[in-house]
Amino acid sequence: MEIDVIKKRRIGRMKIILSIILLILLLWGSGYRTNISLYDFFVGIPNIWSTLLDMFPPDLGYFHYVIGPMLETIRIAIIGTTFGGLLSIPIVLLSSRNVTRSPLLFYTARFILNLIRTIPELLLAALFVPIFGIGPIAGIFAITIFSLGVIAKLAYESVEAIDPGPLEAMTAVGANKIQWIFFGVVPQVAANYMSYFLYSFEINIRAAVILGYVGAGGIGLILNNVLASYQYSRALSIILFTLVVVTMIDAISNKIREKLL
Amino acid sequence: MIEFKNVRKIYPNGTVGLNHIQLKIHKGEFVVIVGLSGAGKSTLLRSINRLHEITEGEIFIDGQSITKARGKELLRIRRDIGMIFQNFNLVKRSSVLRNVLSGRVGYHSTIRTILDLWPKKDIALAMDALNRVNMSEKAYSRADELSGGQQQRVSIARALAQEAKIILADEPVASLDPLTTLQVMDDLKRVNQELGITTIVNLHFIDLARKYATRIIGIRTGEIVFDGPVEEATDEVFAEIYGRPIHKDELLGASK
Repeated sequence: MEIDVIKKRRIGRMKIILSIILLILLLWGSGYRTNISLYDFFVGIPNIWSTLLDMFPPDLGYFHYVIGPMLETIRIAIIGTTFGGLLSIPIVLLSSRNVTRSPLLFYTARFILNLIRTIPELLLAALFVPIFGIGPIAGIFAITIFSLGVIAKLAYESVEAIDPGPLEAMTAVGANKIQWIFFGVVPQVAANYMSYFLYSFEINIRAAVILGYVGAGGIGLILNNVLASYQYSRALSIILFTLVVVTMIDAISNKIREKLL
Repeated sequence: MIEFKNVRKIYPNGTVGLNHIQLKIHKGEFVVIVGLSGAGKSTLLRSINRLHEITEGEIFIDGQSITKARGKELLRIRRDIGMIFQNFNLVKRSSVLRNVLSGRVGYHSTIRTILDLWPKKDIALAMDALNRVNMSEKAYSRADELSGGQQQRVSIARALAQEAKIILADEPVASLDPLTTLQVMDDLKRVNQELGITTIVNLHFIDLARKYATRIIGIRTGEIVFDGPVEEATDEVFAEIYGRPIHKDELLGASK
């Protein structure tokens, strides 16, 4: 008995030690292969100060120049989120096992949904720029696909969590499938859906800011240009402007979401 | 008339839900089904509007086989059968009136119903249904603002708006207190008498069954072990249905 306990403890300790060794090896290996060096890090530190000093004071006169592109960024987010939200509705219904009873159908819908969700929005934008040309259209489509993934994933999980009682009642009154969805499912998830829609809009504003880096319109393009030409005081004013806009939109969206639920 | 012809139900795990059910329920009857929980009361009731499928046999509603009905035909038969549930099954975030109107979906086109374009006649019908259960002043409240008893009366109104010829009530008072229990049972009885709606209720309170039923059906392990008028349902009969003497908590008057 006693020997058994000692043995078990020894095995437990070995497991912990081996795990730690494995983790260290993994870290060291990753660092070695990516050629990071502490030397580069310490050499870089003074650059932080010089860049920050270059940024101050922000070029506030530049604000009015970036209002146009900033509005474009917001428009890309609004249109993209709306398209994505609308397109997500059929996918949500198809992915929910309590609405789509056939496993073949709901597993297929979920598989497509997961495929969509593996692609980052920047990559989507980079794919759409050669197709639709440089400009906001590529950005809008990238945001559409991206928010479709976000909204559909969150919303189908809430559809699966609704009270099955009203669904049973709608079956009993002789409702057809569409009536069953509109009277049994929709009223139970509408508020959640709107909340996910707004949440996705918040993420999309941030995403739309950087989409310009790959030529998909909005303020990102300008930020890329000023950074490339070392105009750091202008870069700072763009960053501050973005901060203000994102914070405001987040605050408004949060307030509405609180009211919804 | 509802007719069961040699109905059997076997669950996928092999449990027998219903066995050798031969039953005729005539128009205007107020039937109470009693039995222990798990005896098959709910299965029997839900097989009438095919919320549960049966394995063998056939069920006829006014001469039409619901067992063989497909698509629109099935929806049409269900439209004429109202159902009351233990948990009311209202959409809590919708208004009382919309919940009642949802009973009307079978009468109109899909597009008309989902856009909430109800004919005036339907609104009047829904309000009249609410009036019958004394709930008309709550028509514009949200369903979750109501008490349990009020919600159950709204669900009766939904069945009335449906212009149902049959009402199935599956443990309609199991989540209500004794006072509201009597109100809801009174409503069901009144609707049955005034409108001649055939009513079938699952209950586990013996004194309630005796008070409201015109006919009592006793079920034990999926089989009908008693079927007769209230006068014949003596304490000995109930003991036979339950397989043991009656407990005090099976009487509403004694338990609460």
